[in-house]
Amino acid sequence: MSDHHDAPSNPYLKKRRDSGETEKLTKRVQKIEQLLIDKGVVTKEALDRIIEIYETDIGPLNGSQVVAKAWADEDYKQRLKTDATKAIAELGFSGLQGEHMVVVENTPSVHNVVVCTLCSCYPWPVLGLPPKWYKEAPYRSRIVIEPREVLKEFGTNIPSATEIRVWDSSAEIRYMVLPQQPNYAKNMSEEELAKIVTRDSMIGVETL
Amino acid sequence: MNGIHDLGGLQCFGKIDNKDVDVKFVDDWERRLFASTLCSFGALGPIDAFRHAIEKMDPVHYLSSSYYEHWLEAVEARIKELNFTQSDIGVPLTPTDIESIVATGAHYARESVPENEPLAVGLEVRALPHSPEGHTRLPNYIKGKKGIITELRGTFVFPDTLAHGLGECEQPLYSVRFSSRELWAGRDPTNDAVHIDLWHSYLEVCDV
Repeated sequence: MSDHHDAPSNPYLKKRRDSGETEKLTKRVQKIEQLLIDKGVVTKEALDRIIEIYETDIGPLNGSQVVAKAWADEDYKQRLKTDATKAIAELGFSGLQGEHMVVVENTPSVHNVVVCTLCSCYPWPVLGLPPKWYKEAPYRSRIVIEPREVLKEFGTNIPSATEIRVWDSSAEIRYMVLPQQPNYAKNMSEEELAKIVTRDSMIGVETL
Repeated sequence: MNGIHDLGGLQCFGKIDNKDVDVKFVDDWERRLFASTLCSFGALGPIDAFRHAIEKMDPVHYLSSSYYEHWLEAVEARIKELNFTQSDIGVPLTPTDIESIVATGAHYARESVPENEPLAVGLEVRALPHSPEGHTRLPNYIKGKKGIITELRGTFVFPDTLAHGLGECEQPLYSVRFSSRELWAGRDPTNDAVHIDLWHSYLEVCDV
């Protein structure tokens, strides 16, 4: 194992901000918000509504319903694999950062995992906003060159005979992984199935 | 531009951190900035201009600052670039507008027939060493490498021109498969691969 695996995590990121720095950042953001309101771009209520939508309405529970339905309904799974945007919209999920969806299916021979090496593109309508690690340098840099080591850090060991396919979301296509249905879940109802699907399994850093 | 944002394949960032942190926003200013940024794409966008503003950040600051500090830098830069403080007052977005924008999104695919005849699925292509001074979505680790076109995604607006107000210049977009062996030479004995979406202009057909 080479030395870089022993390096501290994300060594260049300044981890803590003192209250003075936070205050400065807060003031800069307030200035932007006020400018947008003064210039008639948006109302304060509309800004509050966006926050509410992404903090409470949209999250990985959406994606888990998609996965559960795909497991329970073979026809739906085929629609999802053919035109994911349309199939996901059947469940009422669509819009910003999910305009062009592709769902990639895990099988015994292929394991899929999603990244955006250039920024942090992520399928918001099905998974909500991305977790911190997804946006940070260690994941974005390493998953394309050493996916097996990265997955091990998530506690995920992929057999060497299984191909790992990393999807780098460099364009406007957004990816979601359809995890393999675990054996213990074969007879569950769709509702029960949705409960066992995790966010990380739909990014592809975890298997179920 | 070949900037610090282009992290794919770097090995200097250590282990994945924050795997268990499940907060969308650490500080309240991040929440407010998230909302302001989404609402400002109409006035300060398009999204690729915003991405390019992040790419132009001071590299040391990029690596040492958090995800939302990148957003803050970009929004401030766009306000300055567009001399936005001098612009006319508009009709502000309301909570209802927001709900409709979130559910509809911004579509990047076009029905028009592209100037370039799409390349065939199965064709071997090489990513060009395309290094414009402006915005591009071709990551460094792909440049000069050979891959196989596995899907035609459709005709999509071209970020390299769109980011600079030079028009949509829509082109065929392909999903291209690059084997880990090709990308990282001998370090990887597996059948792992990266699949990435690339525009027509980023590619040349390999000689048979």
